[in-house]
This record gives sequence, structure tokens and C-alpha cells, in this order.
Amino acid sequence: MSTATASQPSPRGPGAAGPVPGPAPDAELATSAANRAVGVRTYRPATGLGVLALVSFAVFALHASSRAVRFRFSGDGDVVRLPDAEVAAAPYAWAVTIVLVALAGYAAVRARKLPRWVVALAGFCFVTGFLVWIVGTAQTPSISVTALLAGSVALATPLVFGALGGLLCERSGVVNIAIEAQLLFGAFSAAIAATVSGSAWVGLLAAMAGSVLVSVLLAVFAIRYRVNQVIVGVVLNVLVSGLTGFLFATVLQPSAAAFNTPERLPHVRIPVLAEIPVVGPVLFDQSVIGYIMYAAVAVVWFALHRTRWGLRTRAVGEHPKAADTLGVSVNALRTRNVLLGGAVAGLGGAFYTLVSVSAFTRDMTAGSGYIALAALIFGRWNPVGALLASLLFGFASNLESILSFLGTPVPSQFLAMLPYVVTIMAVAGLVGRSRGPAASGEPYRKE
Amino acid sequence: MSASTAPATTDQVSAPPPTELAAGDHRRTLLGTALQSVLAVVTALILGGLLIAITDEKVRHAAGYFFARPGDTLSAMWHAASGAYAAMFHGAVYNPDGATVADSLYPLTETLTVATPLILAGLGVALAFRAGLFNIGAQGQILIGATLAAWVGFSWHLPAGLHLLAVVAAGALGGAVWGGVVGLIKARTGAHEVILTIMLNYVALNLVAWLLSLPGFQREGSSNPVSPAVDGTAMFPKLLGDHFRLHWGFVVAVLATVAVAWLLERSTVGFELRAVGANPRAARTAGISVTRGFVVVMLLAGMLAGLAGTAQVAGTEHSLTSGIAASFGFDAITVALLGRSTPWGTFFAGILYGAFRAGGVTMQSMTGTNIDIVLVVQSLIVLFVALPPLITFATRRSQEVAA
Repeated sequence: MSTATASQPSPRGPGAAGPVPGPAPDAELATSAANRAVGVRTYRPATGLGVLALVSFAVFALHASSRAVRFRFSGDGDVVRLPDAEVAAAPYAWAVTIVLVALAGYAAVRARKLPRWVVALAGFCFVTGFLVWIVGTAQTPSISVTALLAGSVALATPLVFGALGGLLCERSGVVNIAIEAQLLFGAFSAAIAATVSGSAWVGLLAAMAGSVLVSVLLAVFAIRYRVNQVIVGVVLNVLVSGLTGFLFATVLQPSAAAFNTPERLPHVRIPVLAEIPVVGPVLFDQSVIGYIMYAAVAVVWFALHRTRWGLRTRAVGEHPKAADTLGVSVNALRTRNVLLGGAVAGLGGAFYTLVSVSAFTRDMTAGSGYIALAALIFGRWNPVGALLASLLFGFASNLESILSFLGTPVPSQFLAMLPYVVTIMAVAGLVGRSRGPAASGEPYRKE
Repeated sequence: MSASTAPATTDQVSAPPPTELAAGDHRRTLLGTALQSVLAVVTALILGGLLIAITDEKVRHAAGYFFARPGDTLSAMWHAASGAYAAMFHGAVYNPDGATVADSLYPLTETLTVATPLILAGLGVALAFRAGLFNIGAQGQILIGATLAAWVGFSWHLPAGLHLLAVVAAGALGGAVWGGVVGLIKARTGAHEVILTIMLNYVALNLVAWLLSLPGFQREGSSNPVSPAVDGTAMFPKLLGDHFRLHWGFVVAVLATVAVAWLLERSTVGFELRAVGANPRAARTAGISVTRGFVVVMLLAGMLAGLAGTAQVAGTEHSLTSGIAASFGFDAITVALLGRSTPWGTFFAGILYGAFRAGGVTMQSMTGTNIDIVLVVQSLIVLFVALPPLITFATRRSQEVAA
């Protein structure tokens, strides 16, 4: 195998979704394991950082506003108050650009996989540089950091559950395109059950049950009958959209009082912790589902990497035949995981009708299932990665709504596009390499 | 590109070809296939009817005294379901209340009008399936095709005939670019096309929404995201006179079906694509460039979807909105699946789904049955087509008939 050759991608803005010139990573893909062990020279990180530096220079620095940007950390009613931070947009943008150029230079000299601190620093510089730049272009260049982050966590919650549900399926080798259907049906079941029973907790359980129902269909068709998993997923999305839409129009809408006025889940404010500036309101003043989310990420991570079940799941997802040879029942494990994934995704569905809006409406998930899928991939099929990716996407969409409120000349559509463009770059190998479980999408037939 | 990148693509093209919905059972006869499709449609319609019946107001009322007079419930159920389907038939095929023959046949032409974009986009999805690719991105390809077609339609002012040609070419080009990008990224980086196409759908949607907020693109004096109407010269002429909405786009759809059939069955390119879809490793051993196949098939698939967008802009809607693609891109997937990824199968599946859509509108206005039931029936059909027990049943039946 040839070593990867470096060709420089042409400079392009973050919105460009065109073909990305660069080394053919197919060749690299096959030798990536060897690369890691030996440390073969690669200029990919340098190119990636170079692009970031270029964007920072061309957009943030050259088009910086001359005003200062104010970041507010505390509200009026807070016990502990932090002073506001004022950042002059132009100098900050230049500083960020210089740091990014330096990092890109370091990466070029080093020509290997980068240490984590470089990636983290580059990410921090780019995101804050972007934030300062875009808030600076707004009519009122002042933003509440707490509101920005708290809103991001709220918007990310269903994405996290969706991505975790998808992760449980995909790590055991079943592609789950039906996350959208699971979220939607979860939201639908939660609304009905919570209204009929009068208890939001029953609604929460029903959301899990409804979403598991979608999983059952997925498992029956994709595992039992080996119908192509992508096809089943796509069709299930249409089926659930049609079914819930039909039932909404014929049953839920005419008799909303009887079926579609669910009780809301309680909001829990943890004393003391919630008083910590910024962190408190963001993390410890949440709906119940928000706290379940923290637990779910931790549990899934632990289970996947530290338990026997997790080892088997990963084995089945990477090499089912090997797992089968060692006595793991591949299809039984896959079925269990798909059902479990449904239950987790259902919790995300419940967020729609039991927390954010208090009634079901037609297609209310509005493509979040697909963003969750994107988060799963961008997070490299890892629970923590999926959490961070979901938070990033939640941040992007929250920023979009806040900025349109503040009045910025940057079109909101470009912010809305961000998760999708970032995901395309991730699967194309421009932002790290995102590779799924090897056997994902392939039905297993015991010989 | 082909020579250098081809050897390393082994691990991402080894997926089984998606044309074969269910593994196994190669003894399926043509009769069995047809019978199975019919069975799937009938089963889905029955389930849909049940859903209509149990959610019906009168049925629920009658069910209140079910044990006293069960007949009432059953007859109410029958009336609800049969009424809805009869209305659907009126809206999709033949209207017996029409004053003239033309009036009575109006629904049929509506069906063909709605079927036009479905057939074109369905062909795009089917073609990609044959090469082993999932083109979930017809929606985005339709949108970009429609956008380019609309732009040429309202901003260029060309003589009649030439203008329409330019519009069609622009639509095809837009779709081809949006599809080709997927093929290119997949060929060069090995990224999975399902993810790429899904993401590009949303990128396209936002792109169009943004364009429609620009001064050059938004209709003057309108606050809604809608483009100016295309010139008269940019529209497809009506096929059967001004009384009907059916336009020459349908002829384009027929021609596209013929062209795709020729391409797949008779041309070298088609042979190579099918070879790539059937067994990428064998294809590569035989000297066919798999990566080039990806690019070619996605270009063609995008082009067909772009033509669907053109049919929407130049045929029925006459201006661009962000809802111009409706859900045609997703319906196209089910159309291609029901048509088993063959050109003529897709053609007739497109007409069937066109009938559902056209009839659904009439049904909703006549009986108040929500049109979303159409989505339920459509997706159930595809699920049943793929359901092996039904396949076994149909095969056994057709073998008995044959024996």
C-alpha cells in the first residue's frame, strides 16, 4: 500500500459542501491501523487546521466588527454574580487567527496524528472566534452565555437520546435510520398516555414503549427477515409520519382535551449546585429528562466499554462471525440491542410532548432524528462523542434563534446548515475520521 | 482517479446489492413477483381501511352499543372504509358524476400529472439501487434541480422552445451536480452515500430557503418565500388542452423510462453499473472502475431527480417555493422499491402512487378522511413487498398455478 500523499485542498468557506480535494483516504483507510502503530507521516491534520486558520483569517479577522462584544455571565436574580466580559472583536479575531496558524504550522512540522490538547485548543479558538465574530455582527452585540448554553442543552436533549438509541443499534451491527420514527412515535405515545392517565410518568413509560414498537418492526424486518436495514428505516419513518399524522388529524385534534393535553414532567432545581454561576443554571436546573440524559450517557458508556455485554455488542458489530464462533448468539443480541435502543430513543421523544411543548403536533420532531444520526456519526459511534456532537448541534440551532433575535446579517439558514455540513466533512474524513462498526448494515446468517 | 483509488475500496463496497429486497429464494417467478406485489397492495389497502374504519366518528358511536347490535358497528366500518376508498377512486381514476367524458376522465390525467415527478425521481433512485447505492437524496436533488430550472425560467428570456430546452437542461444539471457530489465524495473518500445524501437534503432545503429570501430570487412585493413565476415560454405545454393540468413533462417521464431501460439493459455503461451493483469485487477484477461507476450513477440519478424538479417548476407549480419537492424525494424511494428497481416497474409504481396522491386529495375533501392515510398505505405496501412470508406464499401460489 502506498503511503498517503498530501495535496492541499483549495481554500473554501465553512458553508461549501462541494467535493473536497485531498488525498484519497481509501488507501489510507486500509493502512490506518499500521499508521497508528508506526506513526506514518500525514499532513491531514495540518491541512484541516490550515483550513480553520484560513476561515478565521478571511471571515473572522477581515470582517470583524469594530465594536466590543459583551458576554453576560449572570442574571439579575443570581446569588453569585460574575462580571460581564467585554471582548474587542477585531483584536480577538486576529489573536485566534495567529494561534490557529501557529497550530497548523506545528502540525505541519510534526506531520503526525495530533495530541489531544492541540485539537481541543484549536476547537476552542475556532468556536469562540466564530462566536465573537457573529455576535459582533449583530445589532446588539451582547449575549447571555447562560441562556445560550442552557438553551443548547435543552435543544440537544432529544438528539442525545436519539443518538444513544442509534448507537446501541449500530454498535451491534444494525443501521438505524428510523431514529426519526422512534422520536416521533415516542412523542406521540407520551402525549396520549400522559393525557389519558393524567400522569407524566406514565407518559414517559409509554414513550419508551411506543418507540420500542418501532424497534420491534425494525428488528423483525432487518434481523429476522434480513430485509435491507436502510430500506426498513426509511420506510418506517414514512409509516410513522403518516400514522401519527393521520391519528393526530382524526383523533387527537378533534378531542384534544381527552387525548392531547399531557401533564408536564416536573422541572427540578438542585439546591446549592444550581447557584454556581453559568454551570448551575445550565446543568442543574433541568427537566427530569435532562438528568436522565446525563445518567444514560454514563451508563451506556460504561456498559459498552466495561461490561461483558458491551464487549459482545462491539464484537457482534465488528465481526459477527467471530463472535458467533465464540458462542455469542448474534441475532438475539442484535434484537435485544435494537429494542433497548428504541427505549432510549423513546425518552428523547417524550422530551417533545412532556417537556418542551405540551401537545403533540404533526411531524413535530421535524427531522431531529436525522440530526441525531448525524450526531452519532460525528461523535464517532461513541456515547461521549455523541453527547458532545449533540451539544454542538444544539448550540448551533440555539445560536440561530438567539441571533435572529439579536439581528445579525448572517442568514439563519447557514447556521441551520451547520450540523449537516460538519457531518459531511466528518464522514468525508476532513474533520477527523469517522468510521462506523465494520459489520453495520450487514444482516447475519448463521452457517 | 479510477486507477489509483480503486484497489482500496474493498471494504465499503462489499455490501450486498439492495435490489434484492430479501435474501434467498431465487426461484421467484415473474408471476410470483407480480402476484406478490398485488398481494402487498391489497393487504396494505385492507389495513389502511381498518385504520380509517376504527377512527371513524360513526363507527366509534356504533361501537358504544356493539354488544347490543354488532351489525351496526360492522356496517359503519364498511361504510367508512369503502366510502373513503370510493372517493379516492373518484379522485384518481374515473369520476362517474362528470358531465362530459372529459370531466369523467379528468382524475386519470391528474394521476398522471402527480405521477410525473414520482416516476422521474423514482427512476433516479432505482438506477442508483441497481449500482448498489442508496440514493436517499432525491429530495435534495429535486430541490436543486427545481431551483436552477426556475432561475433559468424567470430570469432568462429566450424564444419559445429554446427557453424550455434551457429550463430542462438547467434542471437536469442542478440535480446532476447535487447527486454527482455524492458520487464524487464517496469515490474519493469512501464516505457512505446514505449519510451524505441525507445531509445534503437538508443542506439543499436551507440553501433554497436562503435563496428565496434574496432580492433577485424572491417575488417582488411578496413577503412569502416564493420566486417570480417562470415565463410562459419556460413552461411545459399542456398535453391535452388547457382543461387538464397534464403537461409534456409526462412525456419526458416516459422517454426517461425508455432511456433508463435502454441504458441498463443495452448499453455498456449500464452493464458496468449493474456489474458494480451485483458484485463490486468481481466488477473490479473484470477491469470496471467501481469508483467511476459511483460518480456516473449518482450523476445520472441526480439528473433524473432534477428532471422531476423541472417537471414541478415548468409543469405544475410555475414558480419556486421551498415546498416544491413536497415529499416526492422520499416517495420516490418507495416507488423504486415497489417497482423493484426496474425502469418499467418504477414507471407503473409511480403511476400507482400518483393515483394514491391524486385520489387522497379528493378523498380528504369528500369524506374528510385525512390524506396522511396515503403515507401509511404506501409504506405498508413497501414493507409487505419486502416481507418474506408473503413472498413464500406468492411463490408457492404461482408454482401451483404453473404446475
